[in-house]
Amino acid sequence: MDVLTLSRWQFAVTGMFHFIFVPLTLGLSILIAYFETRYVMTNDETWLKMAKFWGKLFLINFILGIVTGITMEFQLGMNWAEYSKYVGDIFGAPLAIEAMVAFFLESVFIGVWVFGWNKISKKMHAISIWIVAVATNLSALWILLANGWMQHPVGYHLVTNTAGQVRAEMIDFVAMLVNPYGLIKFAHTVTSGYVVAAFFVMGISAWHLVRRNEMTFFKRSFRAASIFGLVACILVAVTGEFHGVEIAKTQPTKLAAMEAVWETQRGVPLSLIQFPDVDNERNSIAWLNIPNLVSFLAVHDANGEVKGLKDFPKELRPPVLPTFWSFRIMVALGMFMTFISMLGVYLSGKKDFEKYKLFLSVVLFSLPLPYIAGQLGWIVAEVGRQPWIVYGVLKTSDAVSKSISTVQVVGSLLGFTLLYGGLAVIDIYLLAKYSRKGPDGILTSISYATERRN
Amino acid sequence: MELQITWFILWSVLWAVYFMLDGFVLGTGMLSGMLGKSDMEKRVLVNSVGPVWNGNEVWLITAGGATFAAFPTTYALMFSYLYTALLLLLFALIIRGVAFEFRGKVDNPSWKLSSDVAIILSGFVPALLFGVAFGNIFEGLPMDGSGYHGSFLALLNPYGLVTGVLFVLLFAVHGALYASVKTNGELSSRARRMAGNLWIPLLIVAVVFLGYTKFATRLYDNYFKWPVLLLIPVIAVAALIAVKYFTVKDAMFKAFASSCVTIVFVTFTGVAGLFPSLIPSSIDPAYNLTIFNSSSSQYTLVIMTAVAVIFVPIVIAYKVWVYRVFRARVDEKEVLSNSEAY
Repeated sequence: MDVLTLSRWQFAVTGMFHFIFVPLTLGLSILIAYFETRYVMTNDETWLKMAKFWGKLFLINFILGIVTGITMEFQLGMNWAEYSKYVGDIFGAPLAIEAMVAFFLESVFIGVWVFGWNKISKKMHAISIWIVAVATNLSALWILLANGWMQHPVGYHLVTNTAGQVRAEMIDFVAMLVNPYGLIKFAHTVTSGYVVAAFFVMGISAWHLVRRNEMTFFKRSFRAASIFGLVACILVAVTGEFHGVEIAKTQPTKLAAMEAVWETQRGVPLSLIQFPDVDNERNSIAWLNIPNLVSFLAVHDANGEVKGLKDFPKELRPPVLPTFWSFRIMVALGMFMTFISMLGVYLSGKKDFEKYKLFLSVVLFSLPLPYIAGQLGWIVAEVGRQPWIVYGVLKTSDAVSKSISTVQVVGSLLGFTLLYGGLAVIDIYLLAKYSRKGPDGILTSISYATERRN
Repeated sequence: MELQITWFILWSVLWAVYFMLDGFVLGTGMLSGMLGKSDMEKRVLVNSVGPVWNGNEVWLITAGGATFAAFPTTYALMFSYLYTALLLLLFALIIRGVAFEFRGKVDNPSWKLSSDVAIILSGFVPALLFGVAFGNIFEGLPMDGSGYHGSFLALLNPYGLVTGVLFVLLFAVHGALYASVKTNGELSSRARRMAGNLWIPLLIVAVVFLGYTKFATRLYDNYFKWPVLLLIPVIAVAALIAVKYFTVKDAMFKAFASSCVTIVFVTFTGVAGLFPSLIPSSIDPAYNLTIFNSSSSQYTLVIMTAVAVIFVPIVIAYKVWVYRVFRARVDEKEVLSNSEAY
């Protein structure tokens, strides 16, 4: 394999690994902030225990999100130097702003939250986790505006310097801030993170409820998470729909690959069962058609035109199968999760909720689903953009560093795989250990902290 | 003033503040095995940096991000040329964060032992690598119009290694001083003795570094051109002597503050010599990456300056508040009273 292929693998591995931890951070910080706020308002210690118990799991997850994030920033220069030179004038800005505006806040106030129990007032302590929650989401905004610019570049022009080198320079900062692609992507991504958090809390609560541990604690956790999850699922679907419209407008090749549309046509139906046949540029199976649905969803017009893949030369089409299947499975998972969280909201309102053991086990085993859906979403976003690294402007193959060798990248890819593999094992072990333990172990220190607070 | 110069200054400040703040975390980490005689003492050390290490590390992210936004060509070439060194740095920083967070999460001697080894190494390795990297940048990288002609092993040249050892000792003394002001009793006095003992090799290496710099680099050219710049290394040396003076007098907070000044001004000493280059070429000055030939457009620099002028002071304000909140010394009682502590 060459430096390009290896670097792409490395970015995929490190990026997807990073995104195992980010979505839970995005959503769970909000839930914990909510729990602690309820505690401040009511003085009911169950809320405090909830903030602390879910907080512990949050921190085990959070640290990996932090440390794997540094890799992402470094890697753009290390492996993608030509990209960084070409777009740094406009792409570097949101990254630097993210650090100054959001990442500092998040990193400083998580320290305050963890170590501040006996040092600051009850209210300030709750405020510090709200700051973490807001900063985490704000951080996602800047990162996704940067990614949104790669998907749909705006507010720039190409400049050739005296040495004949071309680069993209920013001419309109505001255009990048209000880039519809970036904003809808942000909304879709963070709400999908809320679903991850909801299923995380619901799943672990379900495990305890089946065992009848700490019923009040876990029923309350489950209830809050299921409502949060249902709202988030609906928001993911709505933002996903508008995201699709944006893709149809700006990245016709991605949309065509997502839906496996080969011929440009009007009133494209949606086939519930569909198998693309890439070699023959057609769908070998297209059953159970819902008339006009793809057109309706993609361009909000049942008779609207959707561009087909055949309109584009083969070398400008993304890999169809990964894009198509990732999208399909993601949507199917989204529907299933919406259904589960609806049931969760309904059943968790019942007094004898713990008796629905089958449902509770389904919830437990659904815990990985939003994670999978999120990863698939990124495959659609990134694989579906190929062969472009900046859509329509710069090809991925022209973006890789010139000064690095195959040996170096084999070494780094191997290193990341081993290190991250090891970290994954440790993280899952610790999450399982502290999830099982329940809120029992943190009881004594809570009373001490409560005594000394204010 | 041209915005490139503004950003050169800001770039230097970001690195200097990063070294000042993460320097004591790295130093406390690398000395934790020698300072902490018991498990509880080691825990106290880790918890003494607990509330702040993550916020301190963000200065590195910001320095990287600022390089990307203001000097994209330098960012691209520096990071890809120093690929292997940065990779090792990344691994060390990843392991450090995880070891801090997870050390106390499992009650098992071999878990503790591996966490302790990880914390020591992930303090030492980044300190050495930052020094080696900056030493090589001071010397200039072998680069010309056709690209980069260096390798990771070539970075480990004598001057690079001297700078590496200088950084290790600077951060070790800094970390020992931090530990002495943030802990109590025997641990605190042990840290104070350690700082005093390490100060002597630090002074020797600093003298060697200053002399060697004359032969290995062109950093002093700027000092001959603008003699007023000599104030920078003079302050650095004075602060370094003050470190020893206050340590002997057992005024540990002042010793730590002097160490902060030393690190900031050592960084400025190097960077002022680079100006207007960010990375000189050791092959031909025509290929130097300067703040002018590698910068972003005027428009981007204006935007970034506005953002930095507004937000950096805000960051400093809440960081000062946090250091005030956590100003007390850390002891066993505090560690045991917080179930979220490391």
